[in-house]
Amino acid sequence: MSTFFQTLIVGLRLGSIYALIALGYTMVYGIIRLINFAHGDFIMVGGYTVIFTIPLVLRLGAPAWVSVLAAVVVCALVGMSTELIAYRPVRKKGTNMTALITAIAMSLFLENLAQAIPVIGPNPKVSTQIFRAGGIRFGTVTMEYTTIFTLIISAVIMLVLYTFTQKTRLGRAMRCVSEDKAAATLMGINVNHTILLTFGIGSALAAVAALMYLAQYPKVYTTMGGLLGLKAFVSAVLGGIGIIPGAMLGGIVIGLVESFTTSYISSSMADTFVFLILIIVLVIKPAGILGKNVGEKV
Amino acid sequence: MLEIKDLNVYYGVIHALKGLSLTVNDGELVSLIGSNGAGKTSTLHAISGLLPVASGSILLDGKDLLKTAPNKILSLGLAHVPEGRHVFARLTVEENLLMGAYIERNQKKIQENLEKIYSYFPRLKERYRQLAGTLSGGEQQMLATGRALMTNPSIVLMDEPSMGLSPLLVKEIFSIIGTLHENGITILLVEQNAKMALAVADRAYVLETGTITMSGIASALASDDRVRKAYLGQ
Repeated sequence: MSTFFQTLIVGLRLGSIYALIALGYTMVYGIIRLINFAHGDFIMVGGYTVIFTIPLVLRLGAPAWVSVLAAVVVCALVGMSTELIAYRPVRKKGTNMTALITAIAMSLFLENLAQAIPVIGPNPKVSTQIFRAGGIRFGTVTMEYTTIFTLIISAVIMLVLYTFTQKTRLGRAMRCVSEDKAAATLMGINVNHTILLTFGIGSALAAVAALMYLAQYPKVYTTMGGLLGLKAFVSAVLGGIGIIPGAMLGGIVIGLVESFTTSYISSSMADTFVFLILIIVLVIKPAGILGKNVGEKV
Repeated sequence: MLEIKDLNVYYGVIHALKGLSLTVNDGELVSLIGSNGAGKTSTLHAISGLLPVASGSILLDGKDLLKTAPNKILSLGLAHVPEGRHVFARLTVEENLLMGAYIERNQKKIQENLEKIYSYFPRLKERYRQLAGTLSGGEQQMLATGRALMTNPSIVLMDEPSMGLSPLLVKEIFSIIGTLHENGITILLVEQNAKMALAVADRAYVLETGTITMSGIASALASDDRVRKAYLGQ
């Protein structure tokens, strides 16, 4: 029984990291129908920012996790610059396919640029302890502080994000732009600014995810966004891409599948099961768990 | 006052508007009639900045709309009810109306306008928490119209408000347009339903393949033989 609870907790922790990353994919997809392949690499950018700012933060006497603030700013800037420099011009001139290929190019560009920077280089870097070590015991189950913080922070962020999109003027504007850009323009909404804001928020979430990922797996390397991003993308699709609660749900489901497969079957089968679940769900419900099967409006 | 002079618009290689000129004076209800593909919607899209203009001028109270960013045009007092309503289907009725007041920051004014719109369209008040996508066509038209009125615009462009509605609802929508006009709102109305559009308007223009071919007092046009033959089926 204690294995079950331990596995459940690990799954939730992993799932909330996937969920935070999946939100970035889903928000961008929702607003410009683009799968932002570079999003996984924003996690890498966040990871390095955390690693490089931790010594600074510690010298100021603050706890290591405060470095996430720098990562949030850097990731938001990188995300918004990607939109401004790469995606927006292509969107104006090209098709959806051109934009998609640009996104793949941006991903490769960021990975290779990182390797070319001397202080980063091709070798992985190891992070120091981020949240305090140890944990709280509940009977036979141990909750590590890292887990507790990860769960609390992601729950708060998701709640804030959901409230923002549902209840605020800017959040409503984002939903309008994602639904109908011409009508949004007629309401006086600056569509380009709204898209930029979406990139900023999505990338900032990737920075937070990077911190939590490092808290658990303290290693940063230039291609770390690859599989991590892919699984988060799978989460977004699983939950119903473009739907914010869908990304949250999809992330948690993928995290649980991964941790239960690792515990009860085999760790080498974990990724296999993640993608198997994706295929099964998409065969049964192509629009994802929370997606509605509506044809694209012409 | 809205003044359009010598407007030229291209849709790819198609010359959609060929030197179109028209004027809407303050307080007037002007109808723009014409058959499918004549360029009626293109005209409205050009005014709202949704379509690039090749040459010509569009002035609203002397301000050059062609030099105004499309999302700034509403704040100059020009609102647009697009063809096919374009309500935000996944937002509630009230959220849609609030989006109409996106550029307004004064909460008290927003609430006042909300109450005013609900008094124009009591049915919207009954359904204020319903998703706009679940409304009937007529209700969506009311919502799109109400949304456009949320900022007290000085002029409203209405594109095919009767499209896809039952005859009974068409009557209702036109009676609402008449009421808005009586309340002093300036309206440029685009319609395929020429009979209703001429009945409700002060003046009208006839648009054929991107050019104004006739214009004048609406009642005079309604009794013109050419208009009767081509647009009124008489």
